[in-house]
Amino acid sequence: MTATEAPVSAEFAVGKRDLANSAFASTSRAAAVFILVILAAVATFLLTEAWPAMTASSADLADKVSWLGTASNETLLAVIGYLVYGTIFISAFALLIATPISIGIALFISHYAPRRIASGLAYVVDLLAAIPSVVYGLWGAFVLVPALLPALQWLERNFNWFPLFRGAEISDGTTTVGTGRVALSASIILAIMIMPIITAVTREVFLQTPLLHEEAALAMGATRWEMIRMAVFPYGRSGMIGATMLGLGRALGETMAVYMILSPGLSYSFSLLEKSAHNTIAANIALKFPEADSEGVSALITMGLALFAITLLVNMLARWIVSRRAEFSGANG
Amino acid sequence: MKTALRTGALASATVLTLALAACSSGTEASVSPGSTSDTVATLSGELSGAGASSQEKAQEAWKATFEGEHPGVTLNYDPVGSGGGRTQFLDGATSFAGSDSLMNADEYASAATRCDGTSGAIHLPMYISPIAVIFNLEGIDSLNLSPDVIAQIFDGKITRWNDAAIAADNAGVDLPDAAITVVHRSDESGTTSNFTDYLEKASSAWPYAHGGEWPNNVGEGGPGTSGVVDLITGTAGTIGYADASRAAGFGTASIKVGDSWVAFSPAGAAAAVAASPLAEGANGANDLAYKLDRTTTAAGAYPLVLVSYIIMCQQYDDANERALVTSYVEYMASDEGQSVAASAAGSSPIGALGAEITGIVETIAAG
Repeated sequence: MTATEAPVSAEFAVGKRDLANSAFASTSRAAAVFILVILAAVATFLLTEAWPAMTASSADLADKVSWLGTASNETLLAVIGYLVYGTIFISAFALLIATPISIGIALFISHYAPRRIASGLAYVVDLLAAIPSVVYGLWGAFVLVPALLPALQWLERNFNWFPLFRGAEISDGTTTVGTGRVALSASIILAIMIMPIITAVTREVFLQTPLLHEEAALAMGATRWEMIRMAVFPYGRSGMIGATMLGLGRALGETMAVYMILSPGLSYSFSLLEKSAHNTIAANIALKFPEADSEGVSALITMGLALFAITLLVNMLARWIVSRRAEFSGANG
Repeated sequence: MKTALRTGALASATVLTLALAACSSGTEASVSPGSTSDTVATLSGELSGAGASSQEKAQEAWKATFEGEHPGVTLNYDPVGSGGGRTQFLDGATSFAGSDSLMNADEYASAATRCDGTSGAIHLPMYISPIAVIFNLEGIDSLNLSPDVIAQIFDGKITRWNDAAIAADNAGVDLPDAAITVVHRSDESGTTSNFTDYLEKASSAWPYAHGGEWPNNVGEGGPGTSGVVDLITGTAGTIGYADASRAAGFGTASIKVGDSWVAFSPAGAAAAVAASPLAEGANGANDLAYKLDRTTTAAGAYPLVLVSYIIMCQQYDDANERALVTSYVEYMASDEGQSVAASAAGSSPIGALGAEITGIVETIAAG
């Protein structure tokens, strides 16, 4: 503020410049502290609210919280275990689907497409990131899942030997896929949702590859693909990893889309096609919160704490990987 | 200064007019007993309640019309769930609670200290909704399903539509050779609780205790009534349960009551409630807490029904709060209130119970 009031003409008074300088420095420092305070406040809130559920005996808790101990005398810890598994399982497949496609789109935009198409495509990808997740959820539930159902049934029939696509007994005609609201459908929706962010970040990283590196590769007779492999990928590796982790972070915490298109269940099933076998932490909280009493809320917040810890770990891992490869990084340095 | 004075004069004039109007409507009310209440004219203030989300739609409709009739009143109903609603009421945070389930002994005890005097709190059934068993089978609008068959279907013991057990009760219906996909609520709900309570009591094939959470791993879950209905709409061969208000367009089951098959209907739901005894441990004659008789054989009764209660004190120390609660409850129980709920939420009118509730509330209103 002070800076704009200072005379714009020839000489700044030295004192005024110092004032502006220190004012800006302290504002920026306050902003940095602010985000740390928020983080600490969230962590404290989660811990204090989750405390009653974490310290209560499991029998006591199962007595009070309706969704504990219903199916097979599950404790809160066991339920969280299932949900952590479900969250990571579904997000990991979303990442597996999204990463190659996103990198492909990013490469096309940065190195293959004619300039005009590239900027248009980049704009469309950014637009995809702006679609609210509840819209993805609705679209997934009403359009994508019914459309996927024949493909899922085909996978189940023909690749039943493959562990990821294994169904239960399909002999009597009951399909494991059911109505198609299975982990694979959720993973595909999540993949579509995280593609824009991975694409946007990797595209920026690829565009930063020094032109000299690329030209040097081409001058040595490399084809375009070889140039990308030798110059672009090594340079952008840390950026690619960072982008993937950002995507994973979003997939882990995604609520509405999973809530709307997955038939939830609790198990350690390794099959992507088994209905009512998985659920994610965020979707489960959304599901149970409306009818939860105080003990139930506390138990749900314990789950939130687990999710908080997982995302924190993912982000720390990402930072560590990025910093380990800092020598390549121009974008994340 | 001048303007301020004038505004003040205007304001007092308005108040005077309103007061006069209020007086006159008060006299009118006392002339014709049986209209809403003679406290109508003086009602003002804020009334808050919290509880079952099953009542949410009905409460919204009630709030709109009640506030329209009494411009000085602000109503709040927070659909936090039955348990949360009872807790808030017992903590004194709200004046009444909405609940799909009855208070337990502990809650009765704390109600006795929460409420003024020693008479504690009572349940008044305010929202009755039959639960329909709905299915999506091409060309079949109705099936006869006995409680045992329904229990076996929802427990995954009967997996084909042309199972002999289903065919036995449905002579002449061309049942398809297709798999049954069971659809249930994935969130906790009063609908699930009443449905599983029915299966537990009326059938011998349901091995689980009743509760708001779906107890087994059979079939698929959808979030909320809409989630269930959408799933059944989208997939052939599905069967599920939902508030009867959402059953239009689906095939529905007639359930076996005694020796006859009964399709869901508002009258059948009300009959089932009327045929049920009051729960043991109820708080005196004013406490209309029903122990729903799922095995009733009363003619035309449809025992697969959800009853949601208003829980209120028998005595309020604050006269204004008492006036607000009693006139609101009387309004909800009135024919007008029940038809408002029926058109907004598809509930079944409580019928003759309304008069009984009005009688009970009048003793409270008198203080």
